[in-house]
Amino acid sequence: MSSIKTEQQVPLVRMVKRDTITQKKTWTIRAVAFVCALLTGALLILFLGKNPVQAYMDMIQGAFGSSVLRQETIKVAIPLLITAIGISFAFKMKFWNIGAEGQILLGAIGAGYWGFFWADRLPKVILIIVMMLSAILMGGLYGLLPALCKAKWGTNETLFTLMLNYIALYMIKYLQNGPWKAPRSSFPKMAMLQPEARLTKILGVHWGWIAALLLVILAWIYFNKTKQGYEISVVGESNNTARYAGINVGKVFRRTMFLSGALAGLAGFLQVAGCDFTITETTAGGVGFTAITVAWLAHMNPYGMLGVAFFIAILERGCNQIETTMAIPASVSSLLIGIILFFMLGCEFFINYRLIFRGGKEVSHA
Amino acid sequence: MLNIILKLIVAAVIAGTPLLLGALGEILTEKSGNTNLGVEGMMYMGAVSGIAGAYFYEKAVGGNANGVVGALIALLISFLIGAFGALIYAFLTITLRANQNVTGLTLTIFGTGFGNFFGDYFGKKAGGSLVVGDAIKSAFQGVSIPVLSKIPVIGKLLFNYNWIVYFAILVAIAMAWFFNKSRVGLNLRAVGEDPGTADAAGINVTKYKYIATVVGGGICGIGGMYISMVSQGGVWVYDCVSGYGWLAVALVIFATWDSSRAILVALVFGALKIMRFYVELPIPSQFYDMAPYIVTILVLILTSMRESREHAQPKSCGTNYFREER
Repeated sequence: MSSIKTEQQVPLVRMVKRDTITQKKTWTIRAVAFVCALLTGALLILFLGKNPVQAYMDMIQGAFGSSVLRQETIKVAIPLLITAIGISFAFKMKFWNIGAEGQILLGAIGAGYWGFFWADRLPKVILIIVMMLSAILMGGLYGLLPALCKAKWGTNETLFTLMLNYIALYMIKYLQNGPWKAPRSSFPKMAMLQPEARLTKILGVHWGWIAALLLVILAWIYFNKTKQGYEISVVGESNNTARYAGINVGKVFRRTMFLSGALAGLAGFLQVAGCDFTITETTAGGVGFTAITVAWLAHMNPYGMLGVAFFIAILERGCNQIETTMAIPASVSSLLIGIILFFMLGCEFFINYRLIFRGGKEVSHA
Repeated sequence: MLNIILKLIVAAVIAGTPLLLGALGEILTEKSGNTNLGVEGMMYMGAVSGIAGAYFYEKAVGGNANGVVGALIALLISFLIGAFGALIYAFLTITLRANQNVTGLTLTIFGTGFGNFFGDYFGKKAGGSLVVGDAIKSAFQGVSIPVLSKIPVIGKLLFNYNWIVYFAILVAIAMAWFFNKSRVGLNLRAVGEDPGTADAAGINVTKYKYIATVVGGGICGIGGMYISMVSQGGVWVYDCVSGYGWLAVALVIFATWDSSRAILVALVFGALKIMRFYVELPIPSQFYDMAPYIVTILVLILTSMRESREHAQPKSCGTNYFREER
């Protein structure tokens, strides 16, 4: 009698935290989630009345089909990777910096000032270095501002950094319409950079790709091998623990956010001097948001970000391709990125927990 | 002078309504202990689905579309699609225990893509852009309430808006009553403050969180529909929500999680949004456009400087509730 009663009380599914999980299982779960995301994307394309296999093939073609296309894909990946590394600095200490978009734009303004007005007065090497340092400084200061307030008063950094994005955007619009408007242009737009202010190409792509690869290694060392990197992790785990351990939390906030913004600013500089050769409202073009995805999917691991940034770049370039070949609007890329991230966020649950179904048979669900 | 102030206030109400709806949806969500940063995304989803719903209704019935029916369809579909976005968020954070901030941001990325993609796609199919006909457009214009709207000054100030303005204010008042007077509302607040205690008291925490989050998302979706149908006048415009959702999240803080106070705060921010057309200062127009965001930052700093416990965010916001890990 009593056994029947307990039988009824066992829920259909219950979850138990896993003690350990093998690497292989972890990656299987992630792979299954990833395939599910692609299938969901395929369903969406099917719903539009197009052939999903064709669409995915076209996307790969659009990202890798020729050496020019490959270079374009790398160009998209560079700012994404650098910004993602920057964001991971902040996210590792649970400081929600969603202002990378604005920090990129400020970096662009910092670089643009020297690029537009000093190009004929400075030798090329010095000009480029000054542009870069100015971009890093501007981006860093723009990131520092919310950190100052957070450290002093606990101001909500999520909204603060986000509002700064819009302010940066209107700054660009202001410069476009007024002080930095290209001479002899009837449209409100800025001039093109002179050749002296443009980055040298190495193997077909501006040298930003070397900087990005170097930063991957440097960031890994910083996070894992230095005292400052360790402080970031402790602050991320718990502000109070950090305080008890004698870490100056406010100082870590300020230092780390300066670095975070500085990297975004660097990405802005590379975008202006290496890719667009001018500044527009779309200089940041959503990179600041997509980079959050990159950082999170890679679990803040710089090497992981290298892979994810590439993947997202392929996706974005691919979506441009299917816009022309299959008349599917390119904005499908953020829809697909969203779907993939939803699945990857969800699958972490199955890595941390296992499900036990009624009847005693233990199934680890993928 | 009085005339200009009157016009400014009327325009502020019209511009502030989507902010109010977004903020109300987020207040409901946060009262259950979930911070959903996907408001911007859900507003995009509501914006495109509302206009698309009205458009396809129009196409289905041919030339004789009824404006009221079209408006109701837009309302219903935008609510459902906004709620669908919130449902994804709820499933990930409540059932699968994913990080609330990142899930919300993902919802914003997803929703922005959803809005712009379907806006583009249906627009191209419609042969250019997604536009609704005059019958439905006029259903979203201001209605002069008989007799009352004839009262001097007050008539213009209070009785001349489109129906969603009144709808939003009703929702705000109903929510204030719900949170303070009804048992279910008080239970919901308990869930948001301390889910462990609420659970021990026999409240179904998961159910409350799901319903509050999903309905909250639906309200945000209606706010988005307002943008496409009223602010843009029944035409889909690429990137039309552009920041309204984020301002709405900020408004929740300024309204101190109080839905009736949200009406006032939304009015102030509505005024900031349209100030440039009514107040002339010798500054470039872009600085006017910056104003709501700068003011938001200033208010954020000010409210953080004098932290009061009574008017604070529900305590469990941001952390997921695991019954097994209390």
